[in-house]
Amino acid sequence: MKKGNVRLADMSKEDKKPLVHLENADLMPLPPPLDGVSKDHSWKPLSPQAQEKYECGLDDTCAVSIPQPKSRDEEQALVRKFLSGLEKLFTRENNWTFLEPLVLTMEHCAKCQTCSEACHIFEASGRSEIYRPTYRSEIMRRLYFKYVKGGGLVSAWQHGDIQLNWPLVARLIELTYRCNLCRRCAQTCPIGADNGLVAHELRKVFSQEMGIAAREIHDHGSMLQLKVGSSTGMNAAAAKDNIAFIDEDISEKTGVEVKTPWDVEGADVLLIHNAGEIMAWPENPGAFALVLNAAGISWTLSSELAGYDAINYGLWYDDAQFARVALKHAEAARKLKVKKIVLGECGHAHKALSVIADRILGGDLNIPRESSMTLLREIVMGGRLKLDPTRNNFPVTLHDPCNLVRLMGVVEPQREIVRKLCPQFREMEPHGVDNYCCGGGSGFAIMSGHNFPDWRFHVSGRKKLEQILNAFQDCLDPSITKYICAPCSNCKGQFRDMLAYYDLWKRNSIFYGGLVELIVNAMTDVKPGFIEWEWR
Amino acid sequence: MITTILLYSLMYAAVLVFLIACGVRAIYIARLPLHLRWELYPVPHEAAAQAEHGGSYFEVTDWWKKPVHSNLLGEWKFMLPEMLFQKALWEFNRTLWFFSFPFHFGLYLLIGATGLLGMRALFAFWAPHLMSGQTGVMLHWACAAGWLGGAALAAIGAFCLLIRRLTDENLKTYTTAGDLFNLLFFIATLGCLVAGYLFRPTGSPHALALARGVLTFDTALRFGPLLAAGLVLSALLTAYIPMTHMSHFVAKYFTYHTVRWDDRPNLQGSDLAKKVAEYLTYRPRWAAPHVGADGVKTWAEIATLNPASGVKK
Repeated sequence: MKKGNVRLADMSKEDKKPLVHLENADLMPLPPPLDGVSKDHSWKPLSPQAQEKYECGLDDTCAVSIPQPKSRDEEQALVRKFLSGLEKLFTRENNWTFLEPLVLTMEHCAKCQTCSEACHIFEASGRSEIYRPTYRSEIMRRLYFKYVKGGGLVSAWQHGDIQLNWPLVARLIELTYRCNLCRRCAQTCPIGADNGLVAHELRKVFSQEMGIAAREIHDHGSMLQLKVGSSTGMNAAAAKDNIAFIDEDISEKTGVEVKTPWDVEGADVLLIHNAGEIMAWPENPGAFALVLNAAGISWTLSSELAGYDAINYGLWYDDAQFARVALKHAEAARKLKVKKIVLGECGHAHKALSVIADRILGGDLNIPRESSMTLLREIVMGGRLKLDPTRNNFPVTLHDPCNLVRLMGVVEPQREIVRKLCPQFREMEPHGVDNYCCGGGSGFAIMSGHNFPDWRFHVSGRKKLEQILNAFQDCLDPSITKYICAPCSNCKGQFRDMLAYYDLWKRNSIFYGGLVELIVNAMTDVKPGFIEWEWR
Repeated sequence: MITTILLYSLMYAAVLVFLIACGVRAIYIARLPLHLRWELYPVPHEAAAQAEHGGSYFEVTDWWKKPVHSNLLGEWKFMLPEMLFQKALWEFNRTLWFFSFPFHFGLYLLIGATGLLGMRALFAFWAPHLMSGQTGVMLHWACAAGWLGGAALAAIGAFCLLIRRLTDENLKTYTTAGDLFNLLFFIATLGCLVAGYLFRPTGSPHALALARGVLTFDTALRFGPLLAAGLVLSALLTAYIPMTHMSHFVAKYFTYHTVRWDDRPNLQGSDLAKKVAEYLTYRPRWAAPHVGADGVKTWAEIATLNPASGVKK
């Protein structure tokens, strides 16, 4: 079926054929060096085995891997479960957490499509109808009026009708995992409706009622974190070992003795990293340790369950899992009697603990939370380190993680640092609260089942890729090393994979990393060359 | 005579239904439970130093030790252009703004002019000297311009929106029969009112007499059939609007003030904390095993459960 011809009713089609198939020629064009369809990467097709085993009736990929039901009875049972969850979503006992914004969005959208123009996925896909922010919401809105509000002929006439069956539910599950939850669409809505919230709430129905979620964020994510302490699988002992190794490595590399403090009771700051940094980008926690020690900050890490891993994947799909992890983080801080929690370079962890969890952290669990951007700004701009910006004399652009910027309002601290330390800093356009998602938001950066990464790089990451290439158009020559500063682990994961996919490190020397690495790279007390320009 | 009384009664009843329905909707939304924070930046009531780039108090070191800023001027600077001129649509969907703005602004003019007409009619009783002379003439022309200009703008806007809904592929998929009916309802109502007034038979009441008649239940007034149809339709439309998504003028207060801009921190002993304490006693019934909601455990108990504690890796 052509991408523009999909109707709402097509979601209920009984055949398993995908509603949409995208070719490179359909997609939003990219600037040099990826200009032209032939220069784009080819897609890996979904395997016939996957298509046979899982529900793959939406598009070219499969994010959740829902097994196909074996009988009509099983299908009907799943539909009944979905309906039951949908009804619960609109009751205060089950969903006080988001009921008001959800009802407002369900009942007042004017369907003006202003939001569509703001959505990077819709635009990058070449305006494929199923990726329009209102497509998913309109399905849910029709289900809401029909099944939650009582329906009837007048309702169908006023709000439109929809046929509820298993194919629709199966496609809807996949469709909720085609949104980065960046809420750029909501930012432009004249009425204040929020299609990002709709995707979030639908994910909750699937997880909290049907037990269905992407396994990378549930089984290997929040469940693993609650079991061993980190979604990386590291328990506290392993985390301590790794950090000790990082301290040693960073000390040798920089010539500055680095020692990370653990479980220091009464410290001013409990720093919580995304533990993925320890595994994938050890220079980041190492650089933090070096900077905080050099600035004389009283700080500590915690070895409590989840106290050393700031991630909270529940934010994307499940209120119960979200609350559990947030409470673990707060408990770790309470136990150490610290004055504040500082979140490392992880966007969703920032928003989860600072903003979304705020109202469930009562009493002595309501320990102040602060962004590492703010603390680092205070250290750098306060003159607590000796810094030489010429050490960072290479083109740098700054990525704004949605959770940190649009959804939390931390916009300037990181910019002040980069402006001060990077003589060749250039902004992406647009930036700040108008930024585009990296394409890895809402769990996509860690989701790699089947050929999902192909979709992630071709569609959800495409707008950001365009922005990056535009920011470096004057220096694409591979002899010039370029740095995307991304103060967020998930965004870095997306950049690592996407730059590799398009071979942009080898071909154009486009590198990526965090903010604190740029600070250490500019420190005159440190041996030159902290940023090693080695691909990992 | 009975027809005239019925018409007046219908008009009063419609306004009453409108006010009650809007009030009920507002109360319903206001009584929904306090939700988790879900703000979206820029938030215009942030301190000026942050608001200018869309930042928040989270940018300030030890923000919880600093005084809370509430920049109401910033909110008004955002809200007024949005309410009067649909600034968001102008910025993000310019083509649609050219249709939507005349429609909405026309309605504002129409409502304003109707209010002014009612005021003139009232003052004509209580303080007729205030309505005489130049003031009366000016108010007369203000009402006429506002009313006819507003009705024309709104009717043209509604017509253009209808055409757009019928022809624009981006809108067609999402347009229901009800959406088309709503626009047709506006066009028919405004058309009948304007045509009925401009082409009223000799001896029919002019606007001020009509307003006075409505206020005093003057049964001696006689209306032409087109104007009477316009008045009936406008009464029905007034009562119908709050039953539909067109009540977004009520919802918009909440979407902005209690969702997008609600950045109030949870301070100990605050109203927020008290409300949440109540919600934590709710007993949810989500069915997925990992949630552990059995209808007996409270939200707080569920949040402190660890579903992975007994799971083998």
